[in-house]
Amino acid sequence: MVERSMPEAEHKVREILATVKDPEIPVLTVEDMGIIRGIELDGQKVKVKITPTYSGCPAMDEIAADIRKALLAEGYEPEVVSVLSPPWSSLWISAEGRRKMEVYGIAAPLEEVADKRALMGEKRVVKCTHCGSMNTRLVSPFGSTACKALFQCNDCLEPFDYFKCI
Amino acid sequence: MNKSLYDYLILLGDSPLILGHRLSELCGHGPNLETDIALSNIALDLFGQVRNWYQYAAEIHGEGKTEDDIAFLRYEHEYRNVILTEQPNKDFAWVIARQFYFDAFHYSFLTQLCESRDERISAIAAKSIKEVTYHRRFSSEWVKRLGDGTEESRVRMENAIAHFAMYKGELFEETNVEKEMFASGTGADFKVLKTQFDSFTNEVLNEAGLEIPQIDWTQRGGKQGVHSEHLGYILADLQYMQRAYPGMQW
Repeated sequence: MVERSMPEAEHKVREILATVKDPEIPVLTVEDMGIIRGIELDGQKVKVKITPTYSGCPAMDEIAADIRKALLAEGYEPEVVSVLSPPWSSLWISAEGRRKMEVYGIAAPLEEVADKRALMGEKRVVKCTHCGSMNTRLVSPFGSTACKALFQCNDCLEPFDYFKCI
Repeated sequence: MNKSLYDYLILLGDSPLILGHRLSELCGHGPNLETDIALSNIALDLFGQVRNWYQYAAEIHGEGKTEDDIAFLRYEHEYRNVILTEQPNKDFAWVIARQFYFDAFHYSFLTQLCESRDERISAIAAKSIKEVTYHRRFSSEWVKRLGDGTEESRVRMENAIAHFAMYKGELFEETNVEKEMFASGTGADFKVLKTQFDSFTNEVLNEAGLEIPQIDWTQRGGKQGVHSEHLGYILADLQYMQRAYPGMQW
């Protein structure tokens, strides 16, 4: 009985978490970002484990508060804890998350080798989110938030963000 | 309380705290928008890492100690940062040289701590090294760019690299608690660190066309709590709010 009802109960919590947005990239949910590292349910008590994308990410406190608020509103007794191991990887961003990120105007992270080339300015591998051109250049490996680098398109000349591989 | 572990965690947190503070002073004053943002981002990463070390230290200490008490309510002689990190900002070459030496050390140091027998330390190190990889790449790219740039940038970069060379030795001077931590499998092997540091920095300086400073002495004291005059001024700024309004919350 308990065995069978658990997945459904967890599913409900996951549905609530899917409504909590990343305050820095408001089109992405915390599920899309892959920062939910575990859910432990005990009746109405629920423990959610989250992991930071970057150690100093200022959005983490807000995300934890938003998760707590969303679960409280649904009658749960939430506890949000932060875990560091294993460290978050940009590979954990879901396919849906990557798609939404691109639509929002942020180039999604490449795999590691290509990312290194992109951030060293060696290869033109990051696609412009405005016009789709591959003729882009790295402006700075550090951008508007800890997780992004700044690029510019050589064709349409517009600047855009690239979500770094980490 | 495990005093050795507590002291060790303070040592781990203090250098990035003070360097992060120095970098934060440049927010809004960087040479251009991109480097301004980059230096602020590096400061932010360092503060995040410091919070992880201090939170662990506070738990080890117990008795209601918090990360904020550790950051804001200690005196100069209780800080264990290396003297390199408290040196003031001058021109951009100085900022980069200070950062370059620290990043080269920090990267190798964290690589070893990833294998620490203390799981919490290895988790924080594994998290931090991903960020520090970007820092080290940033500072070494600038050393090359300025060293291999104009005559003016080369002279300034070379002077800065030569100036900060007198502080790098302290990075490898093992304190008693570091010896103890290495012996127990928690800490790092400083001999390996020094070799990795020298080989990395020499390679970058060669590529930058800069002279490798030959120096056989070092400024020391920070890791024992004996600091240069600069730390007091940093703390006056860093601790102002908590001293003026004790227990104040953001």
